Amino acid sequence: MTTITHRIIELTVNNHPGVMSHVTGLFSRRGFNLEGILCSPIGDGARSRMYLLVKREERIDQITKQLEKLYDVENVSLRDDYDHTLFDRLHDLVKGI
Amino acid sequence: MKMNGAEITISFLESRGIECIAGIPGGANLPLYDALHKSSIRHILARHEQGAGFIAQGMARSTGKPAVCFATSGPGATNLITAIADAKLDSIPVIGITGQVPTSLIGTDAFQEVDTYGMTLPITKHNFLVRSAEELITVLPEAFRIAASGRPGPVIVDIPKNVQCEHIEFAGWQKEKTKPAAEHKINDLPEADIKHIAEMINKSKKPVLYVGGGIIHSDAESVLIDLARRSSIPVATTLMGLGCFPADDPLYIGMLGMHGARYTNYILSEADLLLAFGVRFDDRATGKVEEFCPNASIIHIDIDRSEIDKIKKSNIALESDIADAMTAMLPHIKNNAREAWIARVEQLRDEYGFKMPFSADPLNPLNLVKHIAELSPKNSIITTDVGQHQMWVAQIYPFSLPRTLLTSGGLGTMGFGLPAAIGAALANPDKRVVCVSGDGSFLMNIQELATLADLGLNVTVIIMNNGHLGLVRQQQELFYKENYIASRFQSNPDFAAISRNFGIRSYDLGDESEPLAALGSALCVEGPCVVNAPIHFAENVLPMVPPGKANHEMIGG
Ligand SMILES: Cc1ncc(C[n+]2csc(CCOP(=O)(O)OP(=O)(O)O)c2C)c(N)n1
Repeated sequence: MTTITHRIIELTVNNHPGVMSHVTGLFSRRGFNLEGILCSPIGDGARSRMYLLVKREERIDQITKQLEKLYDVENVSLRDDYDHTLFDRLHDLVKGI
Repeated sequence: MKMNGAEITISFLESRGIECIAGIPGGANLPLYDALHKSSIRHILARHEQGAGFIAQGMARSTGKPAVCFATSGPGATNLITAIADAKLDSIPVIGITGQVPTSLIGTDAFQEVDTYGMTLPITKHNFLVRSAEELITVLPEAFRIAASGRPGPVIVDIPKNVQCEHIEFAGWQKEKTKPAAEHKINDLPEADIKHIAEMINKSKKPVLYVGGGIIHSDAESVLIDLARRSSIPVATTLMGLGCFPADDPLYIGMLGMHGARYTNYILSEADLLLAFGVRFDDRATGKVEEFCPNASIIHIDIDRSEIDKIKKSNIALESDIADAMTAMLPHIKNNAREAWIARVEQLRDEYGFKMPFSADPLNPLNLVKHIAELSPKNSIITTDVGQHQMWVAQIYPFSLPRTLLTSGGLGTMGFGLPAAIGAALANPDKRVVCVSGDGSFLMNIQELATLADLGLNVTVIIMNNGHLGLVRQQQELFYKENYIASRFQSNPDFAAISRNFGIRSYDLGDESEPLAALGSALCVEGPCVVNAPIHFAENVLPMVPPGKANHEMIGG
């Protein structure tokens, strides 16, 4: 998992039960690949931060535009400055099983 | 004052000026109906929730304002789904309010429980599952705002029965302020881009306007006319754009794409500048997209940012309401007669114009559409179903006013025509509404004839009866070696007799010695009327761009 093959999309979203479905549903419906998700509430818990690991591809612009349209998504940014080892450790965990 | 969730919902709809709601009651939405009982809002009892959804669409499409439909949980909600998905693809502001089992039972496979929220997630602009009566106070105005703002679209509000019954202290709704503030203001548009676009238009030699549903949604038809005339730019419309530019204007070059006339597609492929305004480069319009307008620079303006560069890369793009954008650029557009380009356009129109049949047979489908147009008032609203009849209407009916064609463009839903016509007639009691249907499509929502009979509206249904799923038969003839399967009906009901048994006047043009006279009276009688028009089954919609081919590779016509 490297910055050459992958990118991380950072989302700030409203924290309620349907948000995860809206985000993951968008990926499956539009045929975008989603390789990993990390999610955690922030601040007083009214909002969450989500990190989506996606393959580098041409449609990244379309993906972010579609994410921006989701009602519960407040902010979308593409981060190339993040440490992908976060997701790598997750993959180690999965391999360990 | 203490109010329950259902009363809060109904009084909200009243405060938004909703006059009519189409729906069907059931266990999980009975509290809503009980609140409706005390309301001034008129309820239209449809005979199937899909009908209710399309009745709401007919109201919304013909007025541009949000319209509401009701369904109960479980099968009520699943029946509504097709009409909601249809509204999504054509960007129609419909609000579906569904009953749900009580929150304590959600997730237990309770009687008539389905995950309406989960099922409507990919087919709505947004959806809500309301968890308390308190939440309704924010969710309902949000639902209306979302449905009508920016690029419009459907919203589902799923309300569990206990939330409908929950009492809370509520002061009541404020009357809606006149128009919600526009999201984009002309002054907010980047001036440099506007000037650059105007300059590209001024400098171009062979510009074409490619316009669609966005023009209609933003009420941009008059500024479109100003722009096109000032700079002498030919205008091609998509199916969803029909009516946004007058069909009899010399600059109008018809509908483009799969069933467009030859000259229309040829003119587009010669263009050096494509003004893609309020369109989304749908495959039915562009044909093979790599070869669409190969010589043109592209200016794409749309209110939905995600449409820009989704299918075709533009040279310059703007995220804007299209009326605002055109209004801003108009002062920078120079008068230009474009004599050479217009002469070329006229030459192509003469050589490759749309061919009407030689025969004068009134039951030839194209002649029939022509006669319907001649015999109906100019401001009539036409709805269609889906199939060959829909394309014949799109090809030659001279639409000249926005919101006069209501058709299922994106989803292509058979069964749309009749309930949409009922909705349009409810919202436009002063107009004639004509539903042009096919014998296949009509049977998909024929139960709504009962609703039409209840209401006695000025709706004329004309069934172009070819005994076939005509468009399927055509594809099998042209692209599947005439291997006909499942496209011919082994039997068909007597549509005129069926309609009479619903209590609706009818004609069968096959039995009339003067079919045109019968058609004429069907189009002007007070109240509803159904016309069976037998047509020859082998008629095809031509020209046609074969699936996957470029628009200049049309066959026939
Ligand atoms: C709900 C639905 N099912 C299937 C189709 C596929 N389909 C498209 S056109 C068509 C035939 C329509 O037949 P009819 O209404 O008789 O119109 P015609 O083409 O004969 O004018 C079919 C089956 C569809 N568009 N919608």
